[in-house]
Amino acid sequence: MASETAAIGVQPSRPAPWRDPRLRGIALQVAFVALIAAIIGFLAYNTTVNLRRQNIATGFGFLDREAAFGIGETLIAYSPADTYARAFLVGLTNTLYVSALGIVLATILGTVMGLARLSSNWLVAKLAQIYVEAFRNIPLPLQLLFWWGLLRGSAPSPREAWQPLPGLFVSNRGILFPVPLGDPAYWWMAAAFGAALVIAYAVHRWARRRQMETGRQFPAGWLGLGLAIGLPIAVFVAQGMPLELEWPVLRGFNFAGGTAVSPEFGALLIGLVIYTGSFIAEIVRAGILAVSWGQSEAAMALGLRPGQRMRLIVLPQALRVIVPPMTSEFLSLTKNSSLAVIIGYPDLVSIANTTMNQTGQAVEGIAMIMAVYLAISLSISLLMNLYNRSVALVER
Amino acid sequence: MTDIDIAHEIPLAAQRPPVISTGVIGWLRANLFNSVFNTILTIIAVYLLAITVPPMIRWALIDAVWNAPNGQACRGAGACWAFIGEKWRFILFGRYPYAEQWRPALVVVLFIGMILASCDRRMWGRRLLLLWPVGLALIGILMWGGVFGLRYVETELWSGLPLTLVLAVIGMVFAFPFAILLALGRRSQLPAVRMVSVAYIELVRGVPLITVLFMASVMLPLFLPAGFTIDKLLRAQTAFILFAAAYLAEVVRGGLQAIPKGQIEAADALGLGYWRRTRLIVLPQALAMVIPPLVNNFIGAFKNTALVLIIGLFDLLNTANTALTDANWQGFAAEAYIFTAAIYFCFCFFMSRYSQMLERTFNRGHRR
Repeated sequence: MASETAAIGVQPSRPAPWRDPRLRGIALQVAFVALIAAIIGFLAYNTTVNLRRQNIATGFGFLDREAAFGIGETLIAYSPADTYARAFLVGLTNTLYVSALGIVLATILGTVMGLARLSSNWLVAKLAQIYVEAFRNIPLPLQLLFWWGLLRGSAPSPREAWQPLPGLFVSNRGILFPVPLGDPAYWWMAAAFGAALVIAYAVHRWARRRQMETGRQFPAGWLGLGLAIGLPIAVFVAQGMPLELEWPVLRGFNFAGGTAVSPEFGALLIGLVIYTGSFIAEIVRAGILAVSWGQSEAAMALGLRPGQRMRLIVLPQALRVIVPPMTSEFLSLTKNSSLAVIIGYPDLVSIANTTMNQTGQAVEGIAMIMAVYLAISLSISLLMNLYNRSVALVER
Repeated sequence: MTDIDIAHEIPLAAQRPPVISTGVIGWLRANLFNSVFNTILTIIAVYLLAITVPPMIRWALIDAVWNAPNGQACRGAGACWAFIGEKWRFILFGRYPYAEQWRPALVVVLFIGMILASCDRRMWGRRLLLLWPVGLALIGILMWGGVFGLRYVETELWSGLPLTLVLAVIGMVFAFPFAILLALGRRSQLPAVRMVSVAYIELVRGVPLITVLFMASVMLPLFLPAGFTIDKLLRAQTAFILFAAAYLAEVVRGGLQAIPKGQIEAADALGLGYWRRTRLIVLPQALAMVIPPLVNNFIGAFKNTALVLIIGLFDLLNTANTALTDANWQGFAAEAYIFTAAIYFCFCFFMSRYSQMLERTFNRGHRR
């Protein structure tokens, strides 16, 4: 008893410095940082020594030099006389182009297949399951080579091109399809589409407020859809329906006219979309299954129609589960687009690779690739996090 | 009232259910034609199957050539499986000396046996810790040789399926401890440790595997002191370990975050220090929780090995690609890729089924 009373009011003695958790933490961190710095310093020292020995200049000066290599497919003007910086830009636009297109198409394909796997139709569900299991379990490089081999090697020459639809040609020079000839009417149609979106948004706001105040509903969605389709068509008719297509025509050994998709781009896009689509299908399926059946039953009890049930009850809850893994699928699609180097589509990595081989500037080239992909990854994460915040559960 | 009495007196003979609700017809009605929309879907699906499946069967089986002396004799309307018959050993074992190819074959069997043994939950624990070092040592002896009268085979010649398995399995085995350290670092109280871990994980996860492979094949020689070289396989293996560790670390972190704080507090109350707490209390629970995603990660790593063809290693995909360049057998890309895809598929499909089974087993206790 006596010792206990004596202990009250006595401050615990300070631990010895080597037993103080705070001091130990600081010491540990100092040692850790020193170790990391030593490793980095060692590598950097070796690198500079090795580069000097191989007579490779460091720095980004090489970007202003003439690239002197051709690029098969470019979205922006480019010639071999342009600089390496311009070549990088071409690669970056190609990467962004194929990734953006791939994300949109893979989302559509994946959502359709995910819903198909949940279909009450046995045949449709089984076919979707076979699709998912088959393409998820085969490495993407293999799929890319397969599609490329099919488009490049097995497809016929332009003279004997397959024609699945009139005007659509598949040959070993790529996929060709007709494009409408430029006409000012198309700009007016685009403007009409934009105006329709603005009007639809305004009507939606108004209808929502009216429903909040009076409880009366207004078919704003259908009106918006009608406007978005109807207004451009009305403009199209008013402008005299300029429907002149530029058809691909066989001239000599190749096609002229129309728009061509190269076998490389075609194979890359098909491969990325089909591969990523199989993962997105599983995400969509899991998301919808995560919404308990009681929610659907409650919606039915409230008298909501199947469409309303999906749109108002199931989808908002499923999106919470779907959006985060979807983000990482989009990211991995973008990163996987770098596999273009296998089949020779000139994306960023492939052009950087050529540059590194020509100039020997490996460190700078890889640093640039990494910086670009980090920037793309962070932007996609940021956008998807913003979207995620809008669908996330609002808690008290 | 009398009606009811009559009904009671003369029992009706049991009737068979209507034909349209049982058997094949009933099943078809319930599963394929239960609404207008589904009927349309069924018709479209059947039509698509009818135009795609028969030509595929004709190509793969009916018109296929099974035996041919060379590519010229094999060219026809159908698939040339004679190409696979000719090249399967090259696709599976690549440039490994022909007379010694029983060794990589045995290695593949060993790998599959070790993976299967690790799938058995009764084996989890000390037995696996014994099995893996012994198994990996055996695999090393078989692949390299140079002892017990086995011919020495340098890593340049390792190729095909054994190389793919070496890259994937060794990569995961070595990435795992590194990943645990990274995950612990990311959850650490010490800001410097946390920052370095976060930077590493996010940097590696933000870039494609290709860049890490390029870095390993191009920059690793620059990083090392002059005169110090490491072979190509080891460089690729390093890249795999560094890359896989970042992804695994995030999986492990998921498990660490799921540990209730009470567990850590209880460990502190028992007077356990950081390392003992982590080793005895935190990790056993955290790792058990993340086994299904770990298996999924392993599938990813297995598929990722197909990327090494970019830096010129002869993995399964690259041997298939190389087999296609034989002048006597030109133009059988589809056959080679289908054969290779089937091998990859068998491994990945088995593992994904296994991970689904584990998830079901683990969720049994949590399901309400």
